[in-house]
Amino acid sequence: MMLKLDGVSKVYRVGAFGGRELKAVSDVSFEVGEGEVVSLIGESGSGKSTLGRMILRLASISGGTITLDGRDITTIKDRKEYYRQVQGVFQDPFSCYNPVFRADRVFAMIKEQYFPRVGADEWRKRVEGALESVRLDPGDVLGKYPHQLSGGQLQRMLIARAVLLDIRLLVADEIISMLDASTRIDVLNLLADLRARGLGILFVTHDLSLGNYVSDRTVVLRSGKVVEMGGTDLVFGGPAHPYTRSLLASVPRLHAKWADAPDDDAPCAYHQAPPESRTRPGLAEVEDGHWVACAGCAAPGTEEKKIKENA
Amino acid sequence: MALKVTDLRVYYRTLRGEVKALDGVTFSVADGEIMGLAGESGSGKSTLAKSLIRLDGRMRHAGGTVELDGEAMPLSDDDAMDEFRFRKVSLIPQYSMSALNPTRKIGKMVGELLESRGERPDRAELERRLELVGLSKDVLDRYPIELSGGMKQRVVMVISTLLNPSLLIADEVTSALDVSSQKAVATTLLGFRDRGLVTSMMVVTHDISLVYQIADTIMVMYAGRLAEKAPADVLVNAPRHPYTMQLISALPEVGVRYEDRRLTGIPGNPPSLLKPPGGCRFRDRCPLAFDRCAEQPPFAEVAPGHFVACWKAE
Ligand SMILES: Nc1ncnc2c1ncn2[C@@H]1O[C@H](COP(=O)(O)OP(=O)(O)OP(=O)(O)O)[C@@H](O)[C@H]1O
Ligand SMILES: Nc1ncnc2c1ncn2[C@@H]1O[C@H](COP(=O)(O)OP(=O)(O)OP(=O)(O)O)[C@@H](O)[C@H]1O
Ligand code: SF4
Ligand SMILES: [Mg+2]
Ligand SMILES: [Mg+2]
Repeated sequence: MMLKLDGVSKVYRVGAFGGRELKAVSDVSFEVGEGEVVSLIGESGSGKSTLGRMILRLASISGGTITLDGRDITTIKDRKEYYRQVQGVFQDPFSCYNPVFRADRVFAMIKEQYFPRVGADEWRKRVEGALESVRLDPGDVLGKYPHQLSGGQLQRMLIARAVLLDIRLLVADEIISMLDASTRIDVLNLLADLRARGLGILFVTHDLSLGNYVSDRTVVLRSGKVVEMGGTDLVFGGPAHPYTRSLLASVPRLHAKWADAPDDDAPCAYHQAPPESRTRPGLAEVEDGHWVACAGCAAPGTEEKKIKENA
Repeated sequence: MALKVTDLRVYYRTLRGEVKALDGVTFSVADGEIMGLAGESGSGKSTLAKSLIRLDGRMRHAGGTVELDGEAMPLSDDDAMDEFRFRKVSLIPQYSMSALNPTRKIGKMVGELLESRGERPDRAELERRLELVGLSKDVLDRYPIELSGGMKQRVVMVISTLLNPSLLIADEVTSALDVSSQKAVATTLLGFRDRGLVTSMMVVTHDISLVYQIADTIMVMYAGRLAEKAPADVLVNAPRHPYTMQLISALPEVGVRYEDRRLTGIPGNPPSLLKPPGGCRFRDRCPLAFDRCAEQPPFAEVAPGHFVACWKAE
């Protein structure tokens, strides 16, 4: 496994003078392999971007470890070496993109920093190729400042930048949300092509149909905890947690108006499963490669209590 | 008639010439209408939205008029436009999540904004509206950086509607949200209209299947111009413009996987808006293009409330 999260948690201090603690991520474990796309879904505020920021070393890790090829990422002293392998594209590109540089300057800086030995012609070809792969017209965007691009154009530029770096792992936080359907498909096909070349991708998305289209595995996060994970076909084909089912029921569809979700009174898959299937902390393996958490394990402690009750 | 836009042209000044991001658009939005606005990335949707609020220093009002509730809007007079902002027209900008002032707590920011409009904050009403979008009142005591992307988006949504504007423009407000929050926010927008808090709405989005859930009509832009506008059902089920047809059929359905079937987008690229070619702007990518398309097709009403800019749709 290339990237491995093991019991990762994040606590933020909020409120006046940081007096209160907010546990944004609790005890999350999953892996992203080489040439694998893992989609991370979950409601707003469930900790998706926080996880992404920890992987990108933009936020400290409060508990657990994140390793890359077995190496604890916090021990990699040379950040440049790390970022040569791992890059992120963010939900709100305007916040992380330096507004004073034109696009051509940004690409020139990447060359200086990471590829000083590549010839100028060769580099120009690479830049143009990367831009074209996200359907941007190099002649049109290279001379522009970030605020001169539309939302989706800037988002695609950041994807092109990541592609150009020839990295091993991409954290993509809602990168297709601002693109129209046709451009989305182009970008997704690009991600799929990169995957075929060995790139691992953590794909944060709320578009379940697109998550389903490209990802090998899916992790469903709720209030900072993993409630379900496994092969995408398994999770989408037979969602075992009521939250996953409610997400799937809320997907807007063309030709059909939203209906109220039917009551979900299916029994808790976690407690239905035999105890020996609890192969990961708090998760039961309901079928090979498909884990689910207790449907009602909101408060700590209820889990043990329920087990006792069931016994 | 709530909003009436006639032949509106707004260009961006750049060193290499003017970018004709909005190049002659004519449409109207009726009282009570929720209009979805879709179109390719870079087609001018946000430019249209911004133009109705504030032209920044690089934007030039190159022609055309906008009328709101019978009153002409002085687009190029920033001071005179102040009269309209928040009260009559309000915008929830794209990436509003990065637009919040990072040094102010949310509650303080709302207070200052209301004050600048000569209004007193009504704490109970504010809390009620936060609840409508699924936020607890605790957010008022937090800084923007302490909120997730989707939470910030919803905060801006509440702020923008506090003064009950006649026209609310929402630019990609649901794009950053998970599906269940999307549903909640979209339903809230609908609720704003149904309770009369806002009269009409323009909802800019890439999620046609989402806007289809709440919109009365949908308008599609292509390369700075309008391609089609129709009642939502008609646009989705019987589009007449070749671009709309391809856009709708590019939407993947839940269940399609890359391994089984590689979807394809619309081949080709939109023309540069620096020197857009004459004639129909979709011509290079249009499977139906013929000689006449070298001439610009009018945005013509082909059926009641159904407008199309295509020679083949007449
Ligand atoms: N810098 C911060 N300081 C304090 N709290 C934070 C900070 N960043 C995030 N949070 C809190 O952590 C929780 C998780 O936020 P995060 O941004 O990871 O959510 P998300 O899953 O990405 O949501 P969205 O889909 O809305 O982007 C939220 O409750 C948020 O308020
Ligand atoms: N300040 C600017 N200077 C020059 N060109 C600009 C500027 N702002 C936007 N543009 C160009 O104008 C066109 C329309 O931009 P706009 O932001 O309106 O697109 P959009 O339809 O909202 O796209 P998206 O769906 O990606 O948000 C784009 O081609 C963009 O590159
Ligand atoms: S006017 Fe011609 S080129 Fe344009 S959409 Fe119609 S058929 Fe295609
Ligand atoms: Mg986020
Ligand atoms: Mg836009």
